[in-house]
Amino acid sequence: MLKIENLHASVEDKAILRGINLEVKAGEVHAIMGPNGSGKSTLASVIAGKEEYEVTEGDITFNGEDIHELAAEERAHKGVFLSFQYPVEIPGVSVTNFMKTAINETRKAKGLEDMPAKDMLKLIREKSELLEIDRKFLSRSLNEGFSGGEKKRNEIFQMAMLEPKLAILDETDSGLDIDALRIVANGVNKLKSKDNAVIVITHYQRLLDYIVPDFVHVLYNGRIVKSGGKELAHELEEKGYDWIKEEVNA
Amino acid sequence: MNKYTEDDLREELKTKEYEYGFYTDIESDTFPVGLNEDIVRAISHRKEEPEWMTEWRLEAFRAWEKMIEPEWANVHYTKPDFQAISYYSAPNSKPKYNSLDEVDPELLATFAKLGISLDEQKKLSGVAMDVVVDSVSVATTFKKTLGEKGIIFCSISEALREHPDLVKKYIGTVVPQKDNFYAALNSAVFSDGSFCYIPKGVKCPMELSTYFRINQAGTGQFERTLVIADEGSYVSYLEGCTAPSRDENQLHAAVVELIALDDAEIKYSTVQNWYPGNAEGKGGVFNFVTKRGLCEKNAKISWTQVETGSAVTWKYPSCVLKGDNSVGEFYSIAVTNNYQQADTGTKMIHLGKNTKSTIISKGISAGKSQNSYRGLVKISPNADNARNFSQCDSLLMGNECGAHTFPYIEAKNKSAKIEHEATTSKIGEDQIFYCNQRGIDTEKAIALIVNGFSKEVLNKLPMEFAVEAQKLLEISLEGSVG
Repeated sequence: MLKIENLHASVEDKAILRGINLEVKAGEVHAIMGPNGSGKSTLASVIAGKEEYEVTEGDITFNGEDIHELAAEERAHKGVFLSFQYPVEIPGVSVTNFMKTAINETRKAKGLEDMPAKDMLKLIREKSELLEIDRKFLSRSLNEGFSGGEKKRNEIFQMAMLEPKLAILDETDSGLDIDALRIVANGVNKLKSKDNAVIVITHYQRLLDYIVPDFVHVLYNGRIVKSGGKELAHELEEKGYDWIKEEVNA
Repeated sequence: MNKYTEDDLREELKTKEYEYGFYTDIESDTFPVGLNEDIVRAISHRKEEPEWMTEWRLEAFRAWEKMIEPEWANVHYTKPDFQAISYYSAPNSKPKYNSLDEVDPELLATFAKLGISLDEQKKLSGVAMDVVVDSVSVATTFKKTLGEKGIIFCSISEALREHPDLVKKYIGTVVPQKDNFYAALNSAVFSDGSFCYIPKGVKCPMELSTYFRINQAGTGQFERTLVIADEGSYVSYLEGCTAPSRDENQLHAAVVELIALDDAEIKYSTVQNWYPGNAEGKGGVFNFVTKRGLCEKNAKISWTQVETGSAVTWKYPSCVLKGDNSVGEFYSIAVTNNYQQADTGTKMIHLGKNTKSTIISKGISAGKSQNSYRGLVKISPNADNARNFSQCDSLLMGNECGAHTFPYIEAKNKSAKIEHEATTSKIGEDQIFYCNQRGIDTEKAIALIVNGFSKEVLNKLPMEFAVEAQKLLEISLEGSVG
């Protein structure tokens, strides 16, 4: 589904990604771990198509198509979703209105008519139940005054609404208490299928107890320096990142 | 990258033409340029006005001659040469039409271009409408339906002929002839406008609407609107404006007077889209308008305005809360782009006891424009327990525009409660990317963010106007994020 080869990217002429190779197939869950500043969030932004990041070398293909020249919204239309680490506020725009716009813009890009209001309401009801979201919450302004947990739950709600092929969860666990973490993780697990894939970016192994990865990659200094199964995450939890750094620098 | 960038958008915006910038070739009866007592008399004569009205105009003219154009507003422009303007221009099909069939087909085509078919208006929307092209009222629809309720809705010229006593009693009572430079000019030379009277206890069953358009080159538009809501009555009044794209500046100096007698309510909504000038700041309408309403006991006046047009806007729809328990409201969205300048706001003058006012102002600046809110809340010594709440929010796009807030507060009564809140924000790259990531392109994202920002005011507009206003906001701001 997603294939990244020798990806180099920089922001304001500062190289952050220095040769990433990663392949994610449908039905898989990949975890990307690594110390602060290793390039995890940059990788997420580059896949999603954030303009400030310049791809200087390498390829990103999504379902066989080179996407690195596509605008962020075009990638979204093809099924790339990013759950933000710090979701922004949009005052005066309700969660419902935002989702309605997002869904209809995506449909428009595919040459489809707007989703009928009745279907939209039904979809919203289904997905908000899945994530145990109070309906009142949906009429509030997007992320305005939301607690950390509400913001993250709202991100996963949007993911549920948009049904992406590839979901990248950037530090979705940060700021969540254990109950919220469980709800969010359950939501993600229910949305998982053999046709879609998830990339979980996280510092800690905690989230991976709930969303169990097929592969774990360690990102350090803009490169994936180690890959393994879910046991790698446990090892990192136990030993920290220093031994990895030593291995790399040796 | 082949992607559609903000630079492309900006480029498109620069070359995007003002949608309403066409000129209609209608034969016009236009006065020679210049202004003196003879011109004032000639206007009055041409309109077959009573003698007192001619005198009233001359009084205004004499006062105007001694006045100086105000300079305190935060706007910069080359002052108009008042002797280079023609003060009267009328579409040349006289006498006034009895039915729409008699209207010049060219003019009807103009309305079609503007998306207002009078016929449609008549049949479908239930909006009674008066259309003022250049200076003269060309069509008032729905008169009969309104007449059955005793509602008078006609051009002010007609009102001067048919209902001179009502006009004489109220004109100039809220905005006196000598109120300010532009109001004095308007009082001397106004050529038409709308008049509306709602009798005691009558709730006007439909929205009343006036549509203004400047068509001729080198003319000014000076319309005068007078709305009187008698005791216990209610009316919702809409006003829309456009003008052709022209390289020279055109002057629009209107006066609107609202009178809400005891227990009456007037809701006055404006969507102003006069030609704003081109991307280099050439041309555009100077919009110097005096709007004021007077509230008697328990009366309420709401001003709602969406201001997207004009090169320079100078406008402060105000409420004089004379009667006890009266209420004044001001809801405003002012959008400036390119080289537009707006200095707009309101005055809430609390005279009566337990009077209440609310001010919600949303300023959106883009390009190299300057957008100022200027407001006065005045609590007089007798206005016990007066309340005011003001909220002024500014949204900036790019780094070359400006937003300014000048709130003045004069409280002379200790029981007054006045609250003022102000915020300034900027549309961030992060907000845009967030929307992009959800499949919403940049243009749509800006529209979404701006609509969210303006929501409290848009909600105050009557339904059919709100849709138009949203569209206008989108057109005015396309591609303006930098």
